[in-house]
Amino acid sequence: MQSFTGAQDEFSSKSTSGTPHRFQDRLVIALFLLPAIVVFLLFVIYPIFRSVYFSTFDWNGLGAAVKNVGMGNYKKILADQVFLKSVSNVILIIVLSLGIQLPLAMFLAVLVGRDLPGRNVFRTIFFLPYVLSEVNVAIMWTLLYNANPHRGFLNAILVALGASPVAWMADMKVVMWAVFVALTWKYFGFHMLLYLTGLQNIPTEIEEAALIDGATPFQSFFQITLPLLSSTIKTSVYLSVLGSIQQFILVWVMTKGGPVNASETMATYMYRFGFVRYQLGYGSAVAIIMFIICMVFSLLYQALTRKPDYLTGL
Amino acid sequence: MDKTILPPQWTRKVIPRFFQYFILGIATLVIFVPIVILIFGSLKTTGQMYSEPYTVPVPPQWGNIISIVTSLSFWTMMKNSMLVLIGTTTLTILLSSLVSFVLARLQFRGKNFVFNLFTIGLMFPINVAILPVYFVLRQLTSYGITLIDSLSGVILVQAAFQLSGNILILRGFFTAVPTELQDAAYIDGCTNFDFFWRIMLPLVKPALAAVASLVMIASWNDLLVPLVVLNSDKLWTLPLGTMQFQGQYGQDLALVSAFVAISAIPTVIFYFFAERQIVSGLTAGSVKG
Repeated sequence: MQSFTGAQDEFSSKSTSGTPHRFQDRLVIALFLLPAIVVFLLFVIYPIFRSVYFSTFDWNGLGAAVKNVGMGNYKKILADQVFLKSVSNVILIIVLSLGIQLPLAMFLAVLVGRDLPGRNVFRTIFFLPYVLSEVNVAIMWTLLYNANPHRGFLNAILVALGASPVAWMADMKVVMWAVFVALTWKYFGFHMLLYLTGLQNIPTEIEEAALIDGATPFQSFFQITLPLLSSTIKTSVYLSVLGSIQQFILVWVMTKGGPVNASETMATYMYRFGFVRYQLGYGSAVAIIMFIICMVFSLLYQALTRKPDYLTGL
Repeated sequence: MDKTILPPQWTRKVIPRFFQYFILGIATLVIFVPIVILIFGSLKTTGQMYSEPYTVPVPPQWGNIISIVTSLSFWTMMKNSMLVLIGTTTLTILLSSLVSFVLARLQFRGKNFVFNLFTIGLMFPINVAILPVYFVLRQLTSYGITLIDSLSGVILVQAAFQLSGNILILRGFFTAVPTELQDAAYIDGCTNFDFFWRIMLPLVKPALAAVASLVMIASWNDLLVPLVVLNSDKLWTLPLGTMQFQGQYGQDLALVSAFVAISAIPTVIFYFFAERQIVSGLTAGSVKG
């Protein structure tokens, strides 16, 4: 596959500059751009400003927002133990994703490799969870995690092995790990797919040459394959971190952030205040904090890695 | 010098192969366990689910599945999900191909500004923006534009947040079409619109299919936007209905399993037919060649 960032800009559109239809050109440009810009400004950009405004109010959504509290909401959020817990949970998800999920995806991608018979079958299987909806995945894992060994499959296995059952979703120490396993089950296939495509673009000759020169497969992987995959890895890391920061549905359906906020993420925290307790000013301030975190991360990451190809939507 | 005796060719190939299949087999098992348990559960009666939860359902009990597929509310959800999917996909593809064509092929002042404007969207995922978006939907309602509790509200919001990524991907495909083609078209008296409609769109059809299949999956699976925008149960989409269903019948594990299994079927079928498009769409966006 080709890369579609920047590089092609130079030759993208020289040729129209000399066409005689100047007015018509401008009309077409305006008409083509207008609908998207209107929708985008109205539903993506404008809401941010609107929220910045509301975030300075103590407002429950009934009637007009009149009680301005300045930076009060922000101060309360940053001092709230539950919010800090949600931040530390998000950091935990990021660390586990980068430390376990992505290496696992890489390991499996290398195993599937380029020429394994049945390669496409494995790809199809491993990618399947990614296309299932988050709510379905969450319910499937809720069924597996049922604390009663006569209901939940995982505990049935533990009991059969002679261990005692674990209250996966109700134990404050375990719940984040349980959520992470479900997240990994759903998302590793996406990262594996990226790595597989990246591997496909590395000519086998390079690695073979290294092996002939006496490199161990281990050396050849870490010193040749991995560096050649660096831009793919950058993309995958970027998407994984941004995905972790905004993790919501899976957690919400599985645990509602519980027990006692043990699995709260920033997004569940925002949803709770915005849509459950209807403290819209406070919720806005949480949204703005998350915006700032996403933006700072994106810009820093771009600056540090130059050009990440973070172009995918889903 | 080299004293290591390499094992014969076939063992060098076969032993790693065995190892590869062994590990991949375990991974496959891990992928299938939740799915198989779900399917087993969906084919049991509630009583069976309690007495023998993990056994193969022989003979399969279709009761729960039948009661779901014969209920009107299930088909209403399917219909709503389908309407949203069609609306979001059409709107997203239409708007983003117009913009990406202009960005890739035409020259005008402010082009970089427009491009940068849309890339901002990449930094603000819908999960973060949902509360701010909700404010705007409410505000529009007070101007007489009812988007709360309406499928068009879901469609507009989903499409708005799909624009950035898809514009970038499609722009790449439009840029990749050779410039000579454009010159030739203009010499032959083609207008910009003709060029876009008659030449460019047909040429990037595979890319449009790839992008569209991703939008379709995202829209079909989306829970958050319907959850926030829709109130009345007549408008629920399938994921929203699934969540509510679990809330209501959460104790009846067999019934919930059946509902989840059925609601996943359209996605799985679509996946097997459109896997190539999905994969090429995802990797086009994010893998550097």
